[in-house]
Amino acid sequence: MESEQITGQDRVTNGEVEIFFGSRFGYLDLIQDFSEAIGRWVGFDEDSRYWIGLSIRESVTNAIQHGNKLDESKKVSVRFQIMPDRLVICVQDQGEGFDDSEIPDPLDPENLLKPSGRGIFYVRSFMDDVRYRALPGGGLEMRMEKRLDHQKEGDENEN
Amino acid sequence: MRIDTRTVNGVTVLDIHGKVTIGEGSVEIRNKVRELLGEGNKNILLNLGDVSYVDSSGIGELVSSFTTVTNQGGQLKLVNLTRRLRELLAITKLLTVFDCYEDEDTAVQSFS
Repeated sequence: MESEQITGQDRVTNGEVEIFFGSRFGYLDLIQDFSEAIGRWVGFDEDSRYWIGLSIRESVTNAIQHGNKLDESKKVSVRFQIMPDRLVICVQDQGEGFDDSEIPDPLDPENLLKPSGRGIFYVRSFMDDVRYRALPGGGLEMRMEKRLDHQKEGDENEN
Repeated sequence: MRIDTRTVNGVTVLDIHGKVTIGEGSVEIRNKVRELLGEGNKNILLNLGDVSYVDSSGIGELVSSFTTVTNQGGQLKLVNLTRRLRELLAITKLLTVFDCYEDEDTAVQSFS
C-alpha cells in the first residue's frame, strides 16, 4: 500500500477515536504521543499540542493511580472527539470516583511545598473546559476541551 | 532518566537526563539527594538542561528534594530550566520557592 498523506476531503474533521488499555504507567508515553499527533491533526500549534499532551497524561495518570488504584485488570479509556474547531477528550476509569472539591489548592501557601496535588491544576490551566461526571456503571469520566480559536498569545514564540 | 554526578568548587552538580515523570524513576532524584546528604554533601545543584519531559509527579520530585535538603540545613538550586519546565513551576508559584539560574557558573558561585 502506498503511504500518502491524507489531505483534502479524506481528512477527518468530525470523528471519534477511542483507546482502551490496562492500568499501567507504561502506556503513558504512547497515549501522550497519540494525543499530540491528534492535536497536530486538528491544527493546534506546537505549544498547544504539548500542553494538550501533558493534560491528557496527567488525567490518565490520575485514572490509573487514584481511579483504578493501579489494578491492571481495570481499564482506562481515552476518547478523542475531533471537531473542526475543537478537540474534546474524555478519560474514563473504573474506580470509585472522587469529589474534586476535596482536592487541596496547590497555590495555597500551606500546600506549596507538598510533593503531590498539582496534576489536575495543570489540566485546568492548560485546557479551556474541564468537567467530571460519575459514570452510571461506576467509575469517573474527566472531560477536557481545547478550542482552536483559543490558543494563547505568544504561542508562536518558540525557543 | 539518568543522573550523572560531578563536583564543581564544592558544589555537587547532578546532571539530569531524560524524562522526570511518574513511573520513569522520578524517585531516583530524591534517592540520590538523600544519598548525597548522608555523605555530607549539602550544596546541590540540579542541572535540568537535558531534561526532555517533566510531569506533575516530576515537579513533586523537585519539591520533595528541595524540602529534604533545606530541612537538613543544605541548599538545593536549579540551573538550565527549559521554557516549559519554567512555565510549570511558574503557574504553581514554585519559581518563587526555587533558586533558579540561567548558567552554571553563576549558580555554583551563588553557594559560596
